[in-house]
Amino acid sequence: MGWIKDIIAPDTRKWEEFYRNRFQHDRVVRSTHGVNCTGGCSWQIHVKEGIVVWETQQLDYPLLEDKLPPYEPRGCQRGISFSWYLYSPLRIKYPLIRGALVDAYRSEKQRAGDPMKAWEALQSDPKKRQAYQTARGKGGFRRTSWDEVMEIMAVANIYTARKYGPDRVFGFSPIPAMSMISYAAGARFLQLFGGVNLSFYDWYCDLPNAMPEIWGEQTDVCESADWYNAKMIADMGACLNMTRTPDCHFFAESRHNGTKTVVFSPDFSMISKFADQWVPLHAGSDGAFWMAVGHVLLKEFHHEQQTPYFIEYAKRYTDSPMLVVLNKEGDRYIPGRMLRANQLAQYKDIENGDWKFVNIDARTGRLVVPKGAIGHKYDKGGAGGQWNMKYENSIDDAAFEPLLTLLSQNDEVVQTEFTEFGLDKKALRGVPVKHLDSTEGRLVVATIYDLIMAQYGVGRGLTGDYPPDYSDKDAAYTPAWQEIFTGIDAKTVLQFAREWGNTARVTEGKCMIIIGAGVNQWYHGNLIYRAGAMALLLSGCVGKNGGGLNHYVGQEKLAPADSWATIALAKDWLAGNRLQQAPIWHYINSSQYRYDGHFANYNSVPKNKLTDMHNADSIFMSVRNGWMPFFPQFKQNPLELGKEAIAAGARDDDGIKKHVLEKLKSRKLEYAVGDPEAPENHPRLWYIWRGNAICGSMKGMEYCLNHYLGTHHNIIAKDSRERPREIKWPEMAATGKMDLVVDLNFRMDSSALYSDIILPAASWYEKADLNSTDLHTFIHPLSAAITPVWEAKTDWAIFRDLARATSEAAKKYLPEVQVDVTMAPLSHDTADEITQPHLQDWYKGDCEAIPGKTMHKLGVIRRDYTRLYEKFISLGENVRTAGLGGHGNHYMCAEQYDEMLASRHFATEQQDDRTYPSLKDDVSVCNAILHLSTLTNGELAVRAYRNMEKKTGLELTHIAEGAKDVRINYGDLQAQPRRYNSSPLWSGLMNDGRAYAAFTYNIEKLVPFRTLSGRQHFYLDHDMYIAYGEHLPTYKPSPKPEAFGDLKETLKAGKAKVLNVLTPHGKWHIHSTYGDNLRMMTLSRGGYPTWVSEQDAAELDIKDNDWIEVHNDNGVFASRAIVSSRIPKGVCIVYHSTERTIGVPKSQVRGGNKRAGGLNSFTRVHLKPNLLAGGYAQFSYHFNYWGPVACNRDTHVTITKMDKVRF
Amino acid sequence: MDIRSQISMVFHLDKCLGCHTCSVACKNIWTDRKGAEYMYWNNVETKPGTGFPTRWEDQGIYKGGWESVGGSLQLKGAGKQKGLLNIFHNPNMPVIDDYFEPFTYKYLDLIESPEDDCQPVARPVSLITGKPMDIKMGPNWDDDLSGTPDFARKDPNLASLAPAEQEAMFQLEKMAFFYLPRVCNHCLNPACVASCPSGAIYKRGEDGVVLINQNVCRAWRMCVTACPYKKTYYNWNAGKSEKCILCYPRIESGQAPACMHTCVGRIRYIGVLLYDAERIERVASAPEGDLVNRHLEMLLDPFDPEVIASAKANGIADSTIAAAQNSPVYKFVKEWGLALPLHPEYRTLPSLFYVPPLLPVMASIKQVDNTAQNAKLNDISKIWEDSWLYDTSTADFFGGIDDARFPLQYLANMFSAGNLEQVKDRLKKLMAIRIYRRWKTVGDIS
Repeated sequence: MGWIKDIIAPDTRKWEEFYRNRFQHDRVVRSTHGVNCTGGCSWQIHVKEGIVVWETQQLDYPLLEDKLPPYEPRGCQRGISFSWYLYSPLRIKYPLIRGALVDAYRSEKQRAGDPMKAWEALQSDPKKRQAYQTARGKGGFRRTSWDEVMEIMAVANIYTARKYGPDRVFGFSPIPAMSMISYAAGARFLQLFGGVNLSFYDWYCDLPNAMPEIWGEQTDVCESADWYNAKMIADMGACLNMTRTPDCHFFAESRHNGTKTVVFSPDFSMISKFADQWVPLHAGSDGAFWMAVGHVLLKEFHHEQQTPYFIEYAKRYTDSPMLVVLNKEGDRYIPGRMLRANQLAQYKDIENGDWKFVNIDARTGRLVVPKGAIGHKYDKGGAGGQWNMKYENSIDDAAFEPLLTLLSQNDEVVQTEFTEFGLDKKALRGVPVKHLDSTEGRLVVATIYDLIMAQYGVGRGLTGDYPPDYSDKDAAYTPAWQEIFTGIDAKTVLQFAREWGNTARVTEGKCMIIIGAGVNQWYHGNLIYRAGAMALLLSGCVGKNGGGLNHYVGQEKLAPADSWATIALAKDWLAGNRLQQAPIWHYINSSQYRYDGHFANYNSVPKNKLTDMHNADSIFMSVRNGWMPFFPQFKQNPLELGKEAIAAGARDDDGIKKHVLEKLKSRKLEYAVGDPEAPENHPRLWYIWRGNAICGSMKGMEYCLNHYLGTHHNIIAKDSRERPREIKWPEMAATGKMDLVVDLNFRMDSSALYSDIILPAASWYEKADLNSTDLHTFIHPLSAAITPVWEAKTDWAIFRDLARATSEAAKKYLPEVQVDVTMAPLSHDTADEITQPHLQDWYKGDCEAIPGKTMHKLGVIRRDYTRLYEKFISLGENVRTAGLGGHGNHYMCAEQYDEMLASRHFATEQQDDRTYPSLKDDVSVCNAILHLSTLTNGELAVRAYRNMEKKTGLELTHIAEGAKDVRINYGDLQAQPRRYNSSPLWSGLMNDGRAYAAFTYNIEKLVPFRTLSGRQHFYLDHDMYIAYGEHLPTYKPSPKPEAFGDLKETLKAGKAKVLNVLTPHGKWHIHSTYGDNLRMMTLSRGGYPTWVSEQDAAELDIKDNDWIEVHNDNGVFASRAIVSSRIPKGVCIVYHSTERTIGVPKSQVRGGNKRAGGLNSFTRVHLKPNLLAGGYAQFSYHFNYWGPVACNRDTHVTITKMDKVRF
Repeated sequence: MDIRSQISMVFHLDKCLGCHTCSVACKNIWTDRKGAEYMYWNNVETKPGTGFPTRWEDQGIYKGGWESVGGSLQLKGAGKQKGLLNIFHNPNMPVIDDYFEPFTYKYLDLIESPEDDCQPVARPVSLITGKPMDIKMGPNWDDDLSGTPDFARKDPNLASLAPAEQEAMFQLEKMAFFYLPRVCNHCLNPACVASCPSGAIYKRGEDGVVLINQNVCRAWRMCVTACPYKKTYYNWNAGKSEKCILCYPRIESGQAPACMHTCVGRIRYIGVLLYDAERIERVASAPEGDLVNRHLEMLLDPFDPEVIASAKANGIADSTIAAAQNSPVYKFVKEWGLALPLHPEYRTLPSLFYVPPLLPVMASIKQVDNTAQNAKLNDISKIWEDSWLYDTSTADFFGGIDDARFPLQYLANMFSAGNLEQVKDRLKKLMAIRIYRRWKTVGDIS
């Protein structure tokens, strides 16, 4: 055949050089993508003649165990399109400033001759201020100089600190793990300044509250290689193809290794293609399915078969043998709080007796106090050595056998009330109990295990309202009961539950749930997670390779958190931080609370005092009691407050705090949260970097435009008639609260478009940084393939320059050392978590106001603003003197600090007569983090384990012995990604190439969970959980749209088709990044579409690719429709985090003159009040760890077809 | 025997996650140029769907590939003979709208717009005319069952199914999709080469890569018609046709093709095959039912001494023979018999092979009356309008091949010229592997 050409005459093939030339490049540099993506993929950045030309993945990850498939290549369609941005027309090349602002500023400055006076004049004139605020988001940017923007930001900083307080300066940057140095840059600046960092994980609704609830852990999951170890995987709400693109192969490979896969998803999502069985349950009804699975597991595998592995697991690793007090109300009993050791006369005086619990020894019938409760953790100043999960009585170290059930040895079976919220039914069910004498008289107690059996409706021959069999439709939680909620046949539940139970039994725990935003972002996401987690716990699948509740949304594990957090939050200099729980902050400050009705309209709760409060009042209560942080703190400037205290005679910090406390008690000092519309209490300055705070993540974006920015918006919602009682309610909410919004960005995204100042930030191929993830156990770098283009600078350099400019301004405008009074909530992993055994409100006179006990903490920080820059660039001595730690671990590292001063491998800073390790440039920061973390410095891991041995009385140091010599620096990472060490900072064991799986450390080494009982919790006995009906795992129904309240005004025009709008992560973007680039726009449909079912489209007369508006009272999203059979009737899909900058027309339903919005235009914040709980074991605040999350899945909309499309 | 070596690839479709990383890798390196914007040398399609360019599999429209007329092989559409008689009119070619009109956005408007009373926005503009445009098509327009009635239902592979069977594929209980990544097949019997009036297209002797000589191409575009896979593209700016070059500059420097390197689903296997070039014409003109088997027979055992000797005689290097012996493609295609060519009935003898995908088991739906239960629901509770009850329980642990969501005939139409048994054979082996591994690692089934 003539077309096969052998090389005979090379000339005839010389033209082949054409493509070889195109492929030529000069060098390949290792970097990655620095925001928002969990991938943690190492990339080869190809550079030709100083220009980045393209990227392909690195192929040099260290291998794990031999039996596991390798990780590489890691990197997806979005990552590989990143280089497009570098030289694109979206690139921010120079500092830009809003024309209306800079004109006003320049003219004021010319008049006053002084920047501070100019800013002051501008801010004091409401008209002038409003003029540039209303211009926000409407074009008119001007190129300006770095000098000018630095000057404006510096005086705005100092002006705000002087006039209102530094806690009116806010910063938002998402998920640090992906570019931790860049995150640290702004955070360090803000903390040194006294400003406030806003959290992200909870704000994105990615924080799975069930994880702290059950495990006391923010989130800890297996690395993706461990999926291969599973033998049955249930995937729900996590479209791995879309969101775990580089890990998805493990799912497919696991199937080929004999793993069964079941995918729960209302639409035929991409991951459904990998399912053996696809279960299209009704959107958001997963909890009902899993409750029924729990019912079957309990009945068949616990009660009928008594599976030894499951029973043993429940006894040792869960709270199920603990005793709960049942309270008599009329003719029935109600489950109450867990029995405390000190409620028993014989143990009434033991240390931390409110925080220790009681088991019955099955062999002797004796009441014992098992080791490992949170009280043991803090015994003897943390050195009690009894914080472990051995079967030992902490009173005498004697071995015992926990009694799980009182079924065969009870004093009585009492009729106990259980509520099923779906059908709104109360059932009286027999529960076997013991009678105990206590300090409070006779008590009736049951084991948690027996309560769980009764809650799930497993009768075991007991009397009461138990379902007779699986086909009872009316009783919780039978397979037949769930049909009404899920639309899934009971037969499917039964097969699933039995296969699940069998697989877990045979493999001892290799059933896994992979779960994500599709479940977590429902209003009752915590309950749905708990329902799934219960199935895992009942079958011994947590803390096992191949098992676990593996939640992959947002948190993106910052592996070396111990050293990083210190640098990021400037703890090397400061004794306190200002860290804000963002969901409550935005709910209050963007005035969204005013549009919210009473949460009991949409949350099925028992009626009682706590549930009869507006959410805004609950938040106020949580703040004053120290459960949640809130900034600004007080109506009064905290710097003035410090001054005033000293003037009033305070001699030291204690005196200052006393002054403040008295003022709070007498209510002369008001909490800012109590009066959010007062001008003194407005947030004033907002720094945004690495993220899309105004659009991509802003639930209730239109409220942000109105109340924060003071510009146009698309809200038609009205103030609710159901109003808070405590929070002040002026007739009009304030608009335009922010004086200045600054965005650091490499691209013109929606947040940049609405900001006042845009600073050109280096892209991810133009800087040094570090990256880690929970999807794998490697740490790897970002590197500068090229220097930042045009006038761009790295985030580290920008905030360093801002620190310098602010210090310079302070020398002129705020030269004296300031006494800043700070306020902080009770904190997880400290002794704060055993301060509030009962819910009491000092503000209402329930108890005395004691900072750090019955209320928030107070602190005093002295800030020398003139030295802010010096501190920013040097690593402070607290590291040397106080050591480092995290998650309740601690280690000293003075030698390592000194080594940094002595070694030529580290740069130093000389200040006056002292030398410090330098943090001046990004590479130095990387090296400091790597040198001081247990993850990357083996000696420190050994120390941290040794300290943990003291606390637990267990042998742990051997875990790190093999890693003792590990030292990793930035250069090492540029050569190859490195696997980091096992460390007590994290709960997985990973020696010898073993895949990381969460809680294997706890299960195998018997280190307790960081919870109330030290075990995994079936039962949550906090007063608020009992009050809100969430103490037992339960199902709460999805609220109907009318109840949720997003459509009140929209539906006034008449009846319209209402759809549930689901907002999954998209295929063509990672949050809002990549979505606007040409590669992704081309492979998608050239815009941000709305997916509609064929049936709904037909009803609405919508054809594929028609323009439609998706709208409700909150706002409008305009897009093209995609009509698809894979979408179920009644829902539509808009991808999470769209921009409103690309191809968005004007809204017809809002009159045709206003631009329609992005995804968050139709969302509004709804919060769950029980998640505000604090000061109580795992219900204690930690940044991004605990608190209400800003859900969005319950949002409903109507769709209107556009007939005129105008841009 | 005339032994030749061919670089070849296997796509394990059971693993493909439809991410399109391969497409972007290719686009960035090769076709990010004027005139090439619309080209996707590598693209990924959702099946069922009409693909890129739309309905490319419908040779009733495009007349690509070969046909066997009385046992002799002829190009279906534009052969050299037919083409030269019809030089200025080629009716069987896709037009730009069958691909898509490439576009960009007026991104700079976001930065440069003067102050206005409304938010600026970047509007789409055509990369061909520079004018504002209405985007109506893209290279992946029917992604994930997008536009179902307008696209997926028009998948040419559905044609031989009964209408009810076709419709069932879009209902809850039977719906599914999978992904099909495609590059040039670097065929052993390439229609493009045969169709080129200028003789610009050739197959490299050393590795079998099919190339269009950019100096010789005269823009006849006969290759565009002739290629039944629509994998040659006309660059309207350069006035030359271009196609996937299997990244020969990368292969020559010891790197895998970019699409292969970047395949994050790890679905691609690359390797050398030895084949007997003497048999090409005979095999390509075989009866349709025999095509697959005859094609596979032509791929020779690299351990066979006779094959080795003959290969050496043809100047094939020892290292190439060693590569053929280590070739995962040989294992997938020949040893294990897991992979099949795409549309063997086009008779081009493609060098790329596909492992067909397993699919979720089908379910059953029954209508139920929920009125009574709905009336009992909590006042707050959302009420779902549906009255169906969905059951996906199975008798077997994994469910059987015959319970798969698509009629197997659909897969057979893609991978075995309609031969059901050949596809079923591959799927059974895939399932057997799973059952075997389950038995080894858990032991609860066998």
